[in-house]
Amino acid sequence: MAGNDNRVGADAVKNGDPAPAGRTALSRRAVLKLGMVGIIGAAVGAGSTAAFARLVRTARPRYRFFSEAEAGLLIDICEQIIPRDDVPGATDTGAINYIDRQLCGALRRHRQAYRRGLESFRRTCLQEYRMPFQDLPAPGKIEALRAIEAGRAPGALWGGPSAQEFFNLVLAHTMQSFYGSPRHGGNRDYASYRMLGLDYPQVVGQNRYRKA
Amino acid sequence: MALKHVNAVVVGSGAGGGVVAKELSDAGLSVALLERGDWVSFETHGQDELINQRTTVLGNAYGPDDRSPRVVENARGGWDIVMPNEGGYSNNAACVGSGTVSYGAMAWRYMEKDFRMRSTYGAPEGSTLEDWPISYADLEPFYEKAEWEVGVSGDMSANPFTPPRRRPYPMPAFPYNREGVILEAAARRLGLHPFPIPMLRNSAPYGGRNACVHNRYCCGFACPNNAKNGTWNTVIPRALATGNCALRTHSIASEVVVDDRGRARGVRYFDADGRAQYQTADLVVASGGAIETARLLLNSKSRLFPNGAGNRYDWVGRNLQGHAYCGADGLFEEETFDDVGPGATIAVSDFNHGNPGVRGGAALCNEFIRPPYGFSGMRPPGSPAWGKAHKDYQRRFFKRSVAVRCPVQEMPVFDARIQIDPGVRDSWGIPVARLSGERHPHDIEIGRVIAARAEDWLREAGAAFTWQNLPGRGLSGGQHQAGTCRMGSDPRTSVANKFGQVHDIDNLFIADASLHVTNGGFNPVLTIMALGFWVGSHISEGWKAGGFR
Repeated sequence: MAGNDNRVGADAVKNGDPAPAGRTALSRRAVLKLGMVGIIGAAVGAGSTAAFARLVRTARPRYRFFSEAEAGLLIDICEQIIPRDDVPGATDTGAINYIDRQLCGALRRHRQAYRRGLESFRRTCLQEYRMPFQDLPAPGKIEALRAIEAGRAPGALWGGPSAQEFFNLVLAHTMQSFYGSPRHGGNRDYASYRMLGLDYPQVVGQNRYRKA
Repeated sequence: MALKHVNAVVVGSGAGGGVVAKELSDAGLSVALLERGDWVSFETHGQDELINQRTTVLGNAYGPDDRSPRVVENARGGWDIVMPNEGGYSNNAACVGSGTVSYGAMAWRYMEKDFRMRSTYGAPEGSTLEDWPISYADLEPFYEKAEWEVGVSGDMSANPFTPPRRRPYPMPAFPYNREGVILEAAARRLGLHPFPIPMLRNSAPYGGRNACVHNRYCCGFACPNNAKNGTWNTVIPRALATGNCALRTHSIASEVVVDDRGRARGVRYFDADGRAQYQTADLVVASGGAIETARLLLNSKSRLFPNGAGNRYDWVGRNLQGHAYCGADGLFEEETFDDVGPGATIAVSDFNHGNPGVRGGAALCNEFIRPPYGFSGMRPPGSPAWGKAHKDYQRRFFKRSVAVRCPVQEMPVFDARIQIDPGVRDSWGIPVARLSGERHPHDIEIGRVIAARAEDWLREAGAAFTWQNLPGRGLSGGQHQAGTCRMGSDPRTSVANKFGQVHDIDNLFIADASLHVTNGGFNPVLTIMALGFWVGSHISEGWKAGGFR
């Protein structure tokens, strides 16, 4: 079984940072920028904290479509859909990258559903559980998501998309990210193909990883 | 500048149009072959699970794009504008070769009774079930031409239900994959008659093209090895090689011009630069597929045919059908997956006819390899759709599942139809097709009978757990779309005669699945190709006798 493969487990540990990789990559970019500021600042003798702060503020946003807050919530939802166990889950493999990227491409027509659905979702959690989704204990998150899936949500908060429509959208896109080709932004390191024991690419002898 | 007059203009380069273009070019006619799409190749999308013919969540790999919307009736009786990669659009493809680039390439001949459905079974209430005006025997030589000129691998010696043939297949059958081996033994234990699925793929080098290398992803994808035979890599290159055929891609036909004497004069279309063009011709062949051919005819209004060419009796666009797919899935203890593509290798034809209490039936075939994303939605009813349990299921069963799929023959329904939408136009300003209606309830009954047989087969094969898939009442069509310009001998209840010649417009022909009176319990493409040869041969003979000028 895929789960018994040590290599997969080791990779999961290596990717152990709970932050999505997009975040990691960005912080690396931010560090680089800050480093350059330091050098320039030293050269002109004006390396003030104000200049630092301005540069951080103008740093390229992490996501094409989502705000930080939206992305944080969506990452947590996706992780419930495909949780990490002994192999990577939605967060590790970049589900947020896939959705964010495709919302600026082929899935553009779903932008409003995400924007409004995430807001409805956020408010539902605050109303029903008196805390943000991210602060719920693990079983509580699953329960909350099951309620959304079943449409058990305050109708007044879901003017469109409906709770079920929103859930089905996120479900489909999370599955696409994890089980589709890595070239679209998800399935990082061929995680799902490794888990299933599938060669990719299919040319004999060309596989880039050890299968489960 | 006016285009040079040609003898024939063929609209659409799919399974029907590609064949007709070649037949007419061979006969010495000058041919303009209009294709709304472009040449496509494996390199564009490779074997991407999210952009292909079966999974279109990130778009249509083989066209069309969002410039070509349709309007579809929704469950509340309203109308939705639907894009080509969305459900309900009933897409086939828009590229040179159309669906034959990316198809699964099953190469079925319909059975004798499939051409005589009404006289065999009688029409159920609410169905326009009818016999074809031609018999299997009429079409047999043209099936043979399709098998040899396009290229089919097969061997029907183990199938006692197969209709008679004069000549064997040009290439030997493909061997069974692991699923096929498991299913063959089980079928024999059940007293059934399993046989290898005939395929428009090369089991050996053929026609200058390579032998199949058994890619995992074949059905839904272009072939990287040129081992899958469509019109784009067989008859169309041969048509072009005659020097008589000009293929024009990105050419969007808008109207067949019919004069006041009831004669087709040519085709108006928009060229690759969006310019309006008028190609005059001695004769016109519509081969755009069941939806687009109906749309083209309905958009072709003239003094004699104010409701569209061939539509004097309101039959154009009627009887849209496809297949009411049903089947069963089974989960196994041992691995059934061997990664030998395309995966579908074995079938039984024991249940195509003779099922007590129902009309017709279907072939039972094991399914093509399911990509991981597709498999993520293949679950027994009530299974968790997400979470740890879903992931565990993927891991445990991806390589331990077998699916049997069955193209159930449908009962044609008059109100399952294509019309022209009164408001919505495509990017070229051409009014779009509007789809409405639903399947006949009898299709569901047949589906139940056939799905139970599929489940029996999987149980006998040792599946630890099985479940059935049943068709719904939703409008049919899709890649197997057929029936919208049926052939018949009575002009009041059909659109074309038995040669595909539109009633009352002697130089306007149809050569695609629009002509199908019924759609068999099989994938339709070889029948479409055979009809292409049949119609093409009739035109050529007429031309040689001095006709159409």
